[in-house]
Amino acid sequence: MQLAFAAGIVVGLLAPAVGFFLVQRRLSLIGDGIGHVAFAGVAAGTLLGLPVVLTALVTSVAGAVGIEWLRSRRRAAGDQALALVFYTGIAAGVVLVSLAGALDVDLFAYLFGSLLTVTRTDVLVIALLGVTGLTVIAALYRALSAAVLDEEGARVAGVPIGALNVVTAVLAAVTIAVSMRLVGILLIAALMVLPVVAATRVAWSLRSTMLLGMAIGLASVLAGLTIAYYADLPPGGTIVLLAAAATLVAALVESVRSSPSRL
Amino acid sequence: MPLAVELRGVGFAYGAGRPVLRAVDLTVEAGEFVAIAGPNGGGKTTLLRVVLGLERPGAGTVRLFGEAAHGFSGRSRLGYLAQRSQLTIDAPATVREVVSAGRVPLRGLLGGLRGSDRRAVAEAIARVGLVREADRPLTRLSGGQQQRAFIAKALAAEPSLLALDEPTSGVDTEAQEALAALLERLHQELGVTILFVSHEFGAVEAFVERLVLVRGGIVFDGSPADLAGVWHDPSHLHA
Repeated sequence: MQLAFAAGIVVGLLAPAVGFFLVQRRLSLIGDGIGHVAFAGVAAGTLLGLPVVLTALVTSVAGAVGIEWLRSRRRAAGDQALALVFYTGIAAGVVLVSLAGALDVDLFAYLFGSLLTVTRTDVLVIALLGVTGLTVIAALYRALSAAVLDEEGARVAGVPIGALNVVTAVLAAVTIAVSMRLVGILLIAALMVLPVVAATRVAWSLRSTMLLGMAIGLASVLAGLTIAYYADLPPGGTIVLLAAAATLVAALVESVRSSPSRL
Repeated sequence: MPLAVELRGVGFAYGAGRPVLRAVDLTVEAGEFVAIAGPNGGGKTTLLRVVLGLERPGAGTVRLFGEAAHGFSGRSRLGYLAQRSQLTIDAPATVREVVSAGRVPLRGLLGGLRGSDRRAVAEAIARVGLVREADRPLTRLSGGQQQRAFIAKALAAEPSLLALDEPTSGVDTEAQEALAALLERLHQELGVTILFVSHEFGAVEAFVERLVLVRGGIVFDGSPADLAGVWHDPSHLHA
């Protein structure tokens, strides 16, 4: 449980921090697409006897860069690029899992998250990748913000928008590889998006939206892990339900604040 | 001093479609305030995008301050307001945050703002008259105020060239006149070259030194005063 909490702190902070830039760029579903490619990576790792976090990381990054390439070259509209990668990933995963004969409980732990499968090595890998991801975001925060605030204006002024978009996609891939043990491949995208959506309702600036989103993400993960542990529930689903509840509460707060006061 | 903008024999078409621009020759001196007008679909926005290097011409050459537009080394000094420059994100970005983004091209991708950046941001906000709104989210401001915030963002980069694409669309007449007066003041005080693209140019007619009418090519280039009555409305062009 302590290992799960240690990993949860990193995941709870990283997922909304990356999701912040995806949501602003109207790419909320990109996490789902990359997650399905990560499933193919888990299956490949199982089949080849390689560390699944590593194979999931490799396939996720490849999928993320592929989506960005298709979008930027206008080879496909954003949703078509996502669909192509999404379905190819899940199909490859199913075939590879079948070949590996690994349709078992361990696989479901990757899909929906598990408290029990987090090892000390996992925590070290998660901490290393997670801290690297957060450091990259902190260093590039202003450039990434400039890109989402006014992409064309930034492009004219020489900001390398294409490179920043690839960095964002790779950060999303790293987040999924880091989080799949705890939250699950099929649910991690929700943790990237819902805390940011909740924060947007009640924040007062761009920076406060991001920080509030990270706080909601962290609170959802830590509370979700605790509830999952004592109630014997799947952690991924519990965490995402709490994040969804936070979004509803934030929407309620927003509607109360914006409704005209009555005398 | 090199020309701010120099187009020679420029032609452009989107994909395999019909040409949008044909054999365009255009030069703009540094410090000029030029209005580019014309009917919808006449190619004025495309012309601006070609000038800024956002589109590559199929024929001819485009130079900015003496350098090829594509690969121009002084891009950090180009200010651009795209059509309907308004916030497209849901997060409540403040005026100060939007204007601060204008310093990124000058400061580089990594790290935060320095004291000189903060002063430049505050000065740009003051120039467009949004001091009281500096820390308010853009979503709570009027269309005209949002336009001014994006102009302040461009100004924060201390631009040599300011290009505005239909900046008066979607704002009321009062805001259009205020915007025109602001641009004239910036032109006078900063000496910045301004390219003002609009399907109608009434708001800036009194300020611009030069009017360029575009309909596939350039059909008029001169002082607004030289434009004959029936030609005054670009929608009546019969080039």
